[in-house]
Amino acid sequence: MLKYLIEKEFKQMKRNSFLPRMIIGFPLMVLLFLPLAANFEVKNINLEIIDHDHSLLSGKLIQKITASGYFILSDLTESYDDAMKSIELDRSDALLIIPSGFETRLLKENVADLNISANAVNGTKGALGTSYLSAIIRDFNTELSQASKGPDLFLPSPVEIIPRYRFNPYLRYPVFMVPALMVMLLTMICGFLPALNIVGEKEKGTLEQINVTPVGRFILILSKLIPYWIIGFVVLTLCFGIARVFYSLTPEGSLATIYLFASIFILGISGFGLVISNYGKTLQQAMFMMFFFIITFIFLSGLYTPVSSMEQWAQYFSLFVPLRYMIEVLRQVYLKGSHFSDLLVQLAALSGFALFFNAWAILSYRKSE
Amino acid sequence: MKQFIAFIQKEFHHIFRDTWTMIILLVLPVLMLILFGYALSTEVKNVRVSIYDPSRDSMTEEIVRKLESSEYFTISGILDSPLEIEKEFQSDNSALVVVFSEDFSSTTLRGGAQIQLIADGSDPNTAVTMTNYATAIISGLLQEKTAAPPGRISHQINIITKLIYNPEMKSAYNFVPGVMGMVIMLICAMMTSISIAREKESGTMEILLVSPMKPLLIILSKAVPYFFLSCINLLTIILFAVFLLKVPIAGSIPALLTVSLIYIFVSLSIGLLISSVATSQVMALLLSGMALMMPAMYLSGMMFPIENMPLALQWVAQIIPAKWYIVAAKNIMIKGLGFSSIVRELAVLSLMALVLITVSLKRFKLRLE
Repeated sequence: MLKYLIEKEFKQMKRNSFLPRMIIGFPLMVLLFLPLAANFEVKNINLEIIDHDHSLLSGKLIQKITASGYFILSDLTESYDDAMKSIELDRSDALLIIPSGFETRLLKENVADLNISANAVNGTKGALGTSYLSAIIRDFNTELSQASKGPDLFLPSPVEIIPRYRFNPYLRYPVFMVPALMVMLLTMICGFLPALNIVGEKEKGTLEQINVTPVGRFILILSKLIPYWIIGFVVLTLCFGIARVFYSLTPEGSLATIYLFASIFILGISGFGLVISNYGKTLQQAMFMMFFFIITFIFLSGLYTPVSSMEQWAQYFSLFVPLRYMIEVLRQVYLKGSHFSDLLVQLAALSGFALFFNAWAILSYRKSE
Repeated sequence: MKQFIAFIQKEFHHIFRDTWTMIILLVLPVLMLILFGYALSTEVKNVRVSIYDPSRDSMTEEIVRKLESSEYFTISGILDSPLEIEKEFQSDNSALVVVFSEDFSSTTLRGGAQIQLIADGSDPNTAVTMTNYATAIISGLLQEKTAAPPGRISHQINIITKLIYNPEMKSAYNFVPGVMGMVIMLICAMMTSISIAREKESGTMEILLVSPMKPLLIILSKAVPYFFLSCINLLTIILFAVFLLKVPIAGSIPALLTVSLIYIFVSLSIGLLISSVATSQVMALLLSGMALMMPAMYLSGMMFPIENMPLALQWVAQIIPAKWYIVAAKNIMIKGLGFSSIVRELAVLSLMALVLITVSLKRFKLRLE
């Protein structure tokens, strides 16, 4: 019985000219383009300098800043109003104001001021920009102090602080995004399509015909679940191929672990889709509900912003987001080579979701009414 | 005209009859705004740090205490051997490992003391930010300890920093205009695209088209109720943003309303265009939900800075209406500017509206013949 029902699902899918193309095309589009766009790195900060001093020292400082590589000198101007205008127009991100008499004060009185103003609409960019700039200025100051004391005066040698970046030494963003985007793809395809499935049949009236047959609701839900499970594996394998070819990303850990977790995750998210589909009266309703949950899941999963930086209540919320666990699994196994034994919490959580949602999907399916 | 009004009334009845869909349509945007306004944050805090400290002297202990007392770090473990570092990362127990060199305090005086900050680089943004914070904290402490003896004068540059527009660096200031742009676009486009595709699928569109009404007016009559709903959505979103998320409207409210209305119009026309292409509801949903959501999320500048993207994608970003709306909304709400600052955005969005509506109406007429 199950075999024929599954055959029917695949036939329905094949006959829809759009679905099969989407199942292949969507992962390609997402994995080829999105990782290029998803880059949080703060670079290319446009700095505008207002130099009222025009001294040798201010010139040297400007040179040091432009040589650092973090800043692009957008303009050198005299007027504060012009500079503010250019911030308003987003032509500059930050201003450095060198007051007149900067050199003389620094050399005579040993103290001078510099002003930095940064556009902080994007708080991270504003804060990082000012901290880079301050670091360069401090460096400049140290060099200056050392030079003026002469080479024979020995300062205590500073402690060397060396940052090292494990797993992603060149800090490439795609390395971080690609595994997580795979999870997003699985969610979209194996979550959205089931959510539209039962409602779709309800609206078309074909569900009525199944309801009058002796097919039990357990078998029926299973027959809806298995095709997406298979599609999920196809999509995942396709993703691995793309990651390999275009980003030279191969999993550090074992592929078997990933497939195992994926199989549980897909069951869970498809089950969730079927629950929504059972309750939806029209496609429109089901779609909006699913859309809401999936967007929420995506944002709370740590895909873009780390879960640990969220408000406390949002962190509690994210405990109920299946995507979160699957993204952890993929990033851990893919990038760090974590083992099965490192991921027991995730295993328990994902299995829990799968059982819960599928039980709910079976129980909420009504043959009559 | 009478007929037109009658048609609009009919469409309103359609929407109001379906209470659930209406509730979803009105509540969804607000829920999304609240969720993202609170949950999204690129700040880095509560980073789990473990320490490998073979020397365990007063200096290293003080550094560890200093790290622990900052809001950015929580000490999650003390390692006994460098071999445990890998395991820490694989089990996701820590994101940063601080490794002190041996005989730390005695070598600080002689030179050669070293601190390695080994960060989990899989998340580049977090990795860089946390090593920056840690470096700043540690070098600040070391500077205090190894300060030049009194009497010796060195130069001092005071850096006065001002963060304009967002002195408290609230993430919501950056995200709320972005979320507004995304939510409005998706809801509007999805609503219209589905409602027309539904009439097509159920065959009622044919009946409408043979009525004496002009096709143009039929389509417009379908868009009017959704325009009305979108305006309610816009108002609730703005109210929640201002009173709950405390994101100000520092600039001109009429300017914000104008650009929002044009933007709603653009989004509705995208819905019309999608429904003229789509042959079924499922296809319309998938096109508006997925094919639209991805670019709106990734290329609009809402999450990821556009200037970081490869040039080709920067060009693509220019045709995303959300990109222009978000810039305008930020200029008005956060920067407190007026009409004159958003002339370009208004022009681009109006042009987009014009093109979209013309193309989609042309396509509808073609289908008639």
